[in-house]
This record gives sequence, structure tokens and C-alpha cells, in this order.
Amino acid sequence: MPITNIKILGSGCPNCKKLEANAKKACDELGIKAEFEKVQEYADIAGYGVMATPALVVGGKVVVSGRVPDVNEIKGILKG
Amino acid sequence: MLQEFADWAAYSLLGLGRQSPLGAAVDFFIYDSIKVTILLAIVVFIVGVIRTFITPGKVKRWLGGRSEGIGNVLAALLGVPTPFCSCSAVPLFIGFIEAGVPLGITFSFLTASPLINEIAATMLLAMFGWQIAALYIGSGLVIAILAGIIIGRLGLESEVEEFVYKIKAKKASEKEMDWKERAKFGISESKSITLKVLPYLLVGIAIGGLIHGYAPSDFLLSFAGKDNPLAVPIVVLIGIPLYSNAAGMVPIVGVLISKGMAVGTALAFMMSVIGLSLPEFIILRKVLKPKLLAIFAVILFLSFVATGHLFNLILG
Repeated sequence: MPITNIKILGSGCPNCKKLEANAKKACDELGIKAEFEKVQEYADIAGYGVMATPALVVGGKVVVSGRVPDVNEIKGILKG
Repeated sequence: MLQEFADWAAYSLLGLGRQSPLGAAVDFFIYDSIKVTILLAIVVFIVGVIRTFITPGKVKRWLGGRSEGIGNVLAALLGVPTPFCSCSAVPLFIGFIEAGVPLGITFSFLTASPLINEIAATMLLAMFGWQIAALYIGSGLVIAILAGIIIGRLGLESEVEEFVYKIKAKKASEKEMDWKERAKFGISESKSITLKVLPYLLVGIAIGGLIHGYAPSDFLLSFAGKDNPLAVPIVVLIGIPLYSNAAGMVPIVGVLISKGMAVGTALAFMMSVIGLSLPEFIILRKVLKPKLLAIFAVILFLSFVATGHLFNLILG
């Protein structure tokens, strides 16, 4: 099974941490192996075309921005 | 119906005397907090649904390359329902500039978004009536439009950090929601935001009730009444470093007014607390050079002071 690359975009505010925790939980529950990466530099965040943080990037694609999705929603996205 | 419930809870359920000051205070507290909470849940739901139509990508397209005037008005209006977390200020700013939104129009949006807050507007409506709520929204819009036009006219493009202009963003795809998803989003926003602000609101109303009962009613009259023209700039200065949740702020404004602070002075104080915050300025420093940041702060300071005086004049 290939390792999924998941990025959390955000400056490190409480919402970003919550998003990361939810995403980790979703991966655990689905048994998906994923590597997590934090993108905190504003220039890099803006490079993704994201204007509202936190944002979730799965496999290089922005899937959610500007809010914290719950574990179930992230599971849905990962199952894609 | 709500009043009957509050009466029943205070006098029958808790057995407080109908004529006692404590009974009246508890009755008032129950009535006020339920009324504000219900209104808040409804307004946040409506704003949540509106918000699903206003995605950042669309805002960029609507504002990109707009001319002064119409662009500033549009930016200020779009800023109202758009949520604002100070951590989002920088990506938003970069996204706007990158999309070709003029600097002045970007600032109109950046000013309106935190300053005009649906939670504060709802609570003003519930606690002081629609006139005060309308004054708050109207003056907030005027401040945002003017601040943006002034910054646009000053030609401060060189006072933005250079790296901002070098960023090339990927095009983010945004999927369109259907009505069911919009309603779902509205409900989840309504639930989470109402629950989040509820503690502030209850504490604010409770503190309000206590001060109301115990501090003498002309306590603030001597130095923050409308006869003291210096009161407005002083409270605005005090409000700048303070940052509070809008939900906790409105009940306290209510107390200040009841203790003799002029209404315009109290509103200017509230605007300065919620519209201008130290954390936001520290974050904006990443994309703005100190000169532009200082100009922005001075413009906001002067507008809040002018608004306070204007209201004191109109309402006095």
C-alpha cells in the first residue's frame, strides 16, 4: 500500500492542531499509512492557492480549507 | 412566552420573591440569555448559509481589477459575512494581492471583516434595539470603505513586503455545494459558534447584571459622559491592545452605558476592541512594512474616534 502524503497548512493556531489530530485519527481508523507534514510558511501556504487556514492537502491536492472537518468527513475524503 | 418562562423559572422554580432585587435580576438574566442565544443561533445559521456562496476564490474574482469606489464598497460588504480568524489574515492578504485586487480594496475587506461581526450585531439588536445595531453596521461599513480608499490613494504598494508580489499561486478548485450541503454547513456553524460564544455571553450578562446592581449609576458620568471630549480617544486607545470575544463585549458595553458612559463613546470602545487587535497587527507585520502598518493603525484610530464623537452628537 502506498504511503499517503498529508499536509496541514496553517500558522500553528489551535484550529490547525485540531485538524491534524482529526486527520491522524481518520488515518488510524482506516488503517491508512500516511506521512504528515506541516506547512507553516505563509509563502508556501499561499502557493497552494489557499486563502483561509487551516487547510488539508492530500496527495498534493487541497481538499479542505478554512475550516476544521470532523474525523468522519476526513475518512470520506481519504476513501475518495 | 419567553417572559412567562423566565418569570416561572425565577419565581416558582427557584422560589425568589417577586419584588426582591435578586428575583428581578435572575428573571432578567434568564430572559436575556435565552433571547440572545436563540437569536444568535438563527443569525449564525443564516450567515453560515450565505457564507457557502462566498468562497475566497469567488471573492478574488469579484474584486480583482476593480476600480476605486465600487470596489471598496463591494469589498466592505463581502467582508461582513466572511469569518475572520487572525491566523487567516496573511494568506487572505497574499491571495488578494496575487489575484490583482488593488491594495486599497484589499484593505477595505481586511477592515470590514473583523470590525463588522454578526455576533456583535445580533447582540446589539437583542439588547439595545435595531437603531444601535444599524448604526454599528453602517458606521463599520463607512470606516472600511474610507480606510481602503485612503490607503489606495496614498500609493503604498511599495510598503508591502516584496515576497508577496513574487508568489504565484496554484489555482485551487472549489466545488459548488448543493442546498442540502449549504444547510448542513449552516447548522454546523450555528451549533459550534453558538456553543463557543455561550460562556462569554453568560459571563458577560452576569457581570453586567452584577455591576448594574452594585455600582452607582453615575459612576462613569464624570469622566466618560458626553461632556468630556477626551473620553473617546482615551477609551479607543485603551481598547486597541485589548482583544475580546464580541459576545462578551456587548453586555459590558451595556453596563458602561447604564453607568453613564455616552453611547458613542461605548460603541467606539467596542469597535476598537474587536476591530483592531495587537495579535492581528503582529501577524500582518509578516506582509506589511512598519510604515503601512502604522498608517493603517492611525486611520483606524481616527475613524473610531470620529465615529464615537459623531454618535454622541447624533444620539446626545
